[in-house]
Amino acid sequence: MAKKKFVVGCFDDEKVLFPAVKKVRKAGYKIHDVYTPFPIHGLDQAMGLRDTSLHTAGFIYGITGTATALSFMSWVFNKDWPLNIGGKPHFPLPAFIPITFELTVLFSAVGMVLTFCYLCQLAPFVKKHHFHARATDDLFVMVLECTSRTNEADAKAFLDSVGAKEINVQEAEDGWWLGRYAKDQKLYSTPSENSLA
Amino acid sequence: MSFREQFEIPAKYKMWSMILMAVGLVSILVGYFIYGTGDEHANARFWAVLLYNSVYFLLIVNAAMFFICATTLAMGGWQMSFRRVAEAISTAVIPIGIITGVILVALVVGHQHHIYHWITPDPNDHILMGKIGFLNPTFFIVWTSLTLIGWIVLGAKMRSVSREIDNGGPLSEEEGKKYIFKNTIWGSLYLVWFGLTVASTVPWLWFMSIDAHWYSTMYSWYTFASSFVAGISLITIYVIYLKNQGYLELVNQEHLHDLGKFMFAFSVFWTYLWFSQYMLIWYANIPEETVYFKHRVQGPYRGIFFLNLIINFIAPLLILMRRSSKRNYTLLVFMSVLIIFGHWIDFYQMVIASVSKEHVELGLFDFGVAAGFIGLIMWATGNALSKHSLINRNHPFLKESIIHHT
Repeated sequence: MAKKKFVVGCFDDEKVLFPAVKKVRKAGYKIHDVYTPFPIHGLDQAMGLRDTSLHTAGFIYGITGTATALSFMSWVFNKDWPLNIGGKPHFPLPAFIPITFELTVLFSAVGMVLTFCYLCQLAPFVKKHHFHARATDDLFVMVLECTSRTNEADAKAFLDSVGAKEINVQEAEDGWWLGRYAKDQKLYSTPSENSLA
Repeated sequence: MSFREQFEIPAKYKMWSMILMAVGLVSILVGYFIYGTGDEHANARFWAVLLYNSVYFLLIVNAAMFFICATTLAMGGWQMSFRRVAEAISTAVIPIGIITGVILVALVVGHQHHIYHWITPDPNDHILMGKIGFLNPTFFIVWTSLTLIGWIVLGAKMRSVSREIDNGGPLSEEEGKKYIFKNTIWGSLYLVWFGLTVASTVPWLWFMSIDAHWYSTMYSWYTFASSFVAGISLITIYVIYLKNQGYLELVNQEHLHDLGKFMFAFSVFWTYLWFSQYMLIWYANIPEETVYFKHRVQGPYRGIFFLNLIINFIAPLLILMRRSSKRNYTLLVFMSVLIIFGHWIDFYQMVIASVSKEHVELGLFDFGVAAGFIGLIMWATGNALSKHSLINRNHPFLKESIIHHT
């Protein structure tokens, strides 16, 4: 994975974060991501993210489940091992429906969970860079990606002007990797003069 | 920002409600002379058409009050910005309830044994004699009257509780808690009565007793699901109509999205009950039970039976599944009309397929009577909307509805 340079701004208030996201986007900076301790309604729109396609994937998995169930059962009862069960026809659709329904649910549920993990880059043994440990506690962490045209000093000054409480520059992996965290990266360091209050 | 809180009935709306009511009245009169004075079979058709139309439209307007009470008990806030619309629709329970009551009592008093053959049971018929404690004219009339009175009285109480804070200022926290508690009490009383009637006894008495020898434990829930999804569709149509007229500024796509979810979810719920009822009977294949489906699945009603499933299940499932379609006003109105029509067809086959088993009769008479009831709903709802403010402006949960976000 590529190492990149990021300008990180930490906010301690949702009310400051929203206008800041809008201003940062308007100024033309590239937002890598915003890490928040809890889901915030409307932040995805503010960041200009497109709607997730997870539901489309779910629909496709569901249809696959339906097709699998129906085709397997009809193959079994018509071709492979036809049985006369209570004088019912060999393609008893009503009797197939509950199993078809269950497989549809199973396929779409399992498929969507796996897809969700893939989209969020979550998997066993996979590591991701933490821009700020307090993003899981009480800080809203906005991460700007530095491109060839980004001036770090300007970006830091701009974040300061829109209300960031803590600003720093980090060089980090932008995606996931397998293995360990670098030795010098302390996830939960003791409070220093650099952190808030 | 100023709100248009007072609905003024547009002249066109008033005209259409009058026209539709006139169509209904003419249909009933003409139908009476064509069918009502004919032989037993034609006479039964006349009364059966009145029966399923009146009950269907009564149950869907009653579903509006069920929606209010259920959301009240669930401490819902999102519906507050259009709650008055559902309240207005539920006032139609009064005129339609009276009409339905008259029709039902006339059926029993007039000895319409082609429809309700349990009115004069054969003493040797041990199945009907076993049910006589429930299926007898006295109990039918008493229970029907109690049902209708309960809906009308408790519904009126819910509406008056909603209006009683209109003219004061905002409530204090203490007053607000008391007010919500009062709402909860009356809402739960209504729901208990609703459970004892729509969700159990009333579909048995009014519809299932047409096939008095047959029974299904799914029947009442199935009827309830039908009426609830059609009721939600009716609320949706009114909300979008009022928005198009420039009212209900506080309602936006988020609320419509949730109404669309209700339509989608309860269409699937209806199908679940439809299927559960059908599959168990199909699987067991016992003649006493399959008698209900014989002429529906293998007889003349086959087309309508499967049309019912396509309109009420396949169409909502595929069309309302997407998020964007639940937020599209035009598509939502189209689906609402389709669902209301679909469940009307459902009620049609529940009643008519049992009364006239040999051949399908679906004609101008059916549509004329339905038009009359639609006109009546428009008239009652329009009047109720124009009488009171469209916004429940002092309700403690109103803000929750304004900032509602799905």
